[in-house]
Amino acid sequence: MRRIYAKEEVCIGCRLCEIHCIVQHSRSKKIIKAFQEEEDRPLPGLFVEESGPVSFAVQCRHCDDAQCVAACMTGAMRKDDQTGAVTHDADKCVGCWMCIMVCPAGAIRRDLEHGKIASKCDLCGGEDTPVCVERCPNEALTFEDRGE
Amino acid sequence: MRDKRYIPSGCAICGIMSEQGRLFGSQMIMSSIATMHFRANGLGGGFAAYGIYPEHKDYYALHLMYDSQAGRDGAEALLKNYFVMRLDEYIPTRPVPVVKNRPTLWRYFVSVKEEVKEELYDLTEEDIVVRAVMEVNRTITDAFVASSGKNMGVFKGVGYPEDIGEFFKLDTYKAYIWTSHARFPTNTSAWWGGAHPFGLLDWSIVHNGEISSYGINRRYLSNFGYECHLQTDTEVITYLVDLLMRKHRLPAETAARVLAAPFWKSIEREPEEERTVLEALRTVYGGALLNGPFSILLGSARMMMGLNDRIKLRPMVAARDKDLVFMASEEAAIRAVCRNPEHIWSAKAGEPVVAALKDGTQ
Amino acid sequence: MTISYLTDDYEIVRDESKCIKCQVCVRQCANAVHSYDDESDEMNSDGGDCAACQRCVTLCPTKALSVRRRATEFRQNANWTGPVQTGIVKQAETGGVLLTSMGTDKPHPIYWDNIVLNASQVTNPSIDPLREPMELRTYLGRKPDSLDLDFSDGAPRLKSQIDKQLKLETPIMFSAMSYGSISYNACLSLARASQAAGTFYNTGEGGLHKDFYEYGPNTIVQVASGRFGVTPEYLEAAAAIEIKIGQGAKPGIGGHLPGEKVNKAISETRMIPEGSDAISPAPHHDIYSIEDLRQLIYALKEATNYTKPVGVKISAVHNVAAIASGSVRAGADIIAIDGIRGGTGAAPTVIRDNIGLPIELALAAVDSRLREEGIRNQASIVAAGGFRGSADIVKAIALGADAVYVATAALIAMGCHVCQKCYTGRCNWGIATQDPYLVRRLNPDVGTRRLTNLLRAWSLEIKEFLGAMGVNAIESLRGNRAHLRGVGLTDTELRILGIQPAGD
Repeated sequence: MRRIYAKEEVCIGCRLCEIHCIVQHSRSKKIIKAFQEEEDRPLPGLFVEESGPVSFAVQCRHCDDAQCVAACMTGAMRKDDQTGAVTHDADKCVGCWMCIMVCPAGAIRRDLEHGKIASKCDLCGGEDTPVCVERCPNEALTFEDRGE
Repeated sequence: MRDKRYIPSGCAICGIMSEQGRLFGSQMIMSSIATMHFRANGLGGGFAAYGIYPEHKDYYALHLMYDSQAGRDGAEALLKNYFVMRLDEYIPTRPVPVVKNRPTLWRYFVSVKEEVKEELYDLTEEDIVVRAVMEVNRTITDAFVASSGKNMGVFKGVGYPEDIGEFFKLDTYKAYIWTSHARFPTNTSAWWGGAHPFGLLDWSIVHNGEISSYGINRRYLSNFGYECHLQTDTEVITYLVDLLMRKHRLPAETAARVLAAPFWKSIEREPEEERTVLEALRTVYGGALLNGPFSILLGSARMMMGLNDRIKLRPMVAARDKDLVFMASEEAAIRAVCRNPEHIWSAKAGEPVVAALKDGTQ
Repeated sequence: MTISYLTDDYEIVRDESKCIKCQVCVRQCANAVHSYDDESDEMNSDGGDCAACQRCVTLCPTKALSVRRRATEFRQNANWTGPVQTGIVKQAETGGVLLTSMGTDKPHPIYWDNIVLNASQVTNPSIDPLREPMELRTYLGRKPDSLDLDFSDGAPRLKSQIDKQLKLETPIMFSAMSYGSISYNACLSLARASQAAGTFYNTGEGGLHKDFYEYGPNTIVQVASGRFGVTPEYLEAAAAIEIKIGQGAKPGIGGHLPGEKVNKAISETRMIPEGSDAISPAPHHDIYSIEDLRQLIYALKEATNYTKPVGVKISAVHNVAAIASGSVRAGADIIAIDGIRGGTGAAPTVIRDNIGLPIELALAAVDSRLREEGIRNQASIVAAGGFRGSADIVKAIALGADAVYVATAALIAMGCHVCQKCYTGRCNWGIATQDPYLVRRLNPDVGTRRLTNLLRAWSLEIKEFLGAMGVNAIESLRGNRAHLRGVGLTDTELRILGIQPAGD
């Protein structure tokens, strides 16, 4: 399946990926409105890890054998047969956070403001290029099928 | 006398050669060029003829045009520094009312002085002739050397070629190569020396087209001591031919590969040895590439070559019939004098058509 | 220490109605112009160190930022202008030579803008480059006046090979920029773009990083006065060698790469200790005369067994034509001439702005001189110094250049905004820096693509120019000054340029 890959050697730590992710998952999908007017905007589904000059964006690997899906007792975490994306259904989530415990990539975070919702990448639906890849100013993120 | 400005021109050209070296009269060339009357505007016409002076064939035949007695005095003084004069006389003409403003036309049969050869020991005899011709054309205001080869002559002037031919009594000459030119200069000022053919040694060039690479061709030639001062692109073609074929001893086919170089893509398709040669030719002789629309006929003692520019922006048709080879701007000009030639074809872009005296022909 | 009397050149204008406080500007400015106050949740900008490099402006996702010249007006004075006063204040405070980078920002005449080109009408047809072949291929190197051909088999065969030539698919090369003055990624982008476009880039005097040896066939290596990184392998790896005598931005001046830029990789490439200053002497201390130059040219030819062209790069100074002629006679196969508008990684401002000749005049003088002497075939001419686009290049080729070097335009293609702060090493675009935080900002894939695009675009435009003039090979433009006319130039300028006035 097509996945997002980070090229840490050219990640510039600008965090525009996070910003555009938030906008994409906001109500209005308009950047200024989302940040200035929408109180309930989501957490980014990916986040930039930094250590000295090295940085890269971490996001869900959408594992074939997704541990979070296996660990989810309510079926809130599921893997889409079509796109291969691992998605999260907030309505079913009970906030047990087992997904966070088992995630090998550390790519799921608690969204404390919205209570029980686990925040993670949804590949922007998995059809088109995710917005973080599209808007990365230095092409440090790619969306490709490496046969993995 | 001379317009110093660059004169672009359109034109008609044609040439007929007997590969057996058979001498024939001017009737065919006159009819052929007259067929293309519409391509000219009466501001220039001329002929080159090879084999016309068999009794003087060992002497350089200098055709001079004089606009004043001072010009003549100056030129003759200069020529006498270089040459021994064997014979000099008026070039015979007959009155043709439409041929006006004629210069004085004089011809000299000369050989290079022995002491001059000794003094200019680093020059060949031909180099010395070229030097003398250029010196006259450059320094003597009212004199112009129209041709300077052996056993050949250039007859040209302002007018339609059929009138010019009549004026010069071409019906009294016999030649094995005839070339002709009818001019349509796009600048109205025309002068006798600027008409075609352009001659140097036994090279003669008739040319239809405009050389867009003129600026660099001219500067390239200056590297080798050729000074172009007539502001016509035909002059640079002539000098390039002299450089490539006389000084650098390239055969006609190879020289044509320089003047109308094949495209790199074609060169790359050649087998390695040919490719190496063609690549080297283009690399070394880039300044000699003639670019822009042209068809030219080059005349010389042993051959006549037709050449088109590399994308054939000007017309050229060739034909063969028995010992005769015809080349002309229009097929009609050939069929007018040879109704059903054995072969007739359209010359390809950048590929020379060469007619040459058969081996052993004198 | 009292306060500085310097005033800020630029100020940041932040449109609060658009700012989303995402802090991209904070993270992107290496000059710490932007900051975020956690306590008051406010964005702040201090224009003091702003270089107007436009990095924040470009990356701001809401276009909330712009950079403006600060509105402060110095009291009007035609002599003591703001920049003049600022320079004096800086020197009064530091006691040092004023440094700058890139090409001069003074309004030196740009003759290209006073030269117009020709086109075909009626008597010869223009040629449509979209439908007909249009050839830009160029060979650089020494050419014989004639070929030694053997016709004994009928078809011509070369009796001896001509000297090795550089084969360019477009007459545009990337000028010398050293690894050190620019980043690894910038060098890599130049190398890859040269390979993709069939042309060459020049190492400058920074040596050749081991990773770049694979691009050797598209590399011109420089041998400069510091001899940094010059080894037999270095010479062997290259397609051609260039002896750098001078640079247009700083004729007569050496180079200085500060020790803080000399990291491990650069130290290995330049063969100097890590952290030590890399100082290129003003002259080559083994070249005090033309005969010394000949010795170095032939030493390099011997070292590479006469397999590579050896060029000489000189800055355009008053007797440039004589120097070029001497260099050709000394054995140079390529002469590169760098004009007064040429760029630099670092140079004293007064030197950059006051020494040298416009490339147009220098190029015309050199080409004319070599032709007068009948030695134009013996060397190719490469012109450099502030080429802004294909029109400048076409005019340079018509004046007599075989090819041109471009550097500033290449940097701009990679992101440079000509802020002239290369010498600080804090290039926000990741080009003229070795800072590990900054160098990653130039993704070499992106850099390569942008450079390749630029070469392609300019090449297409050159073909349009050729077609309009009715020629289909670059050699018919080269040195063809008949296609140039001057507008608004004096008779003297026209004479030196060797062109006629428009209308004549």
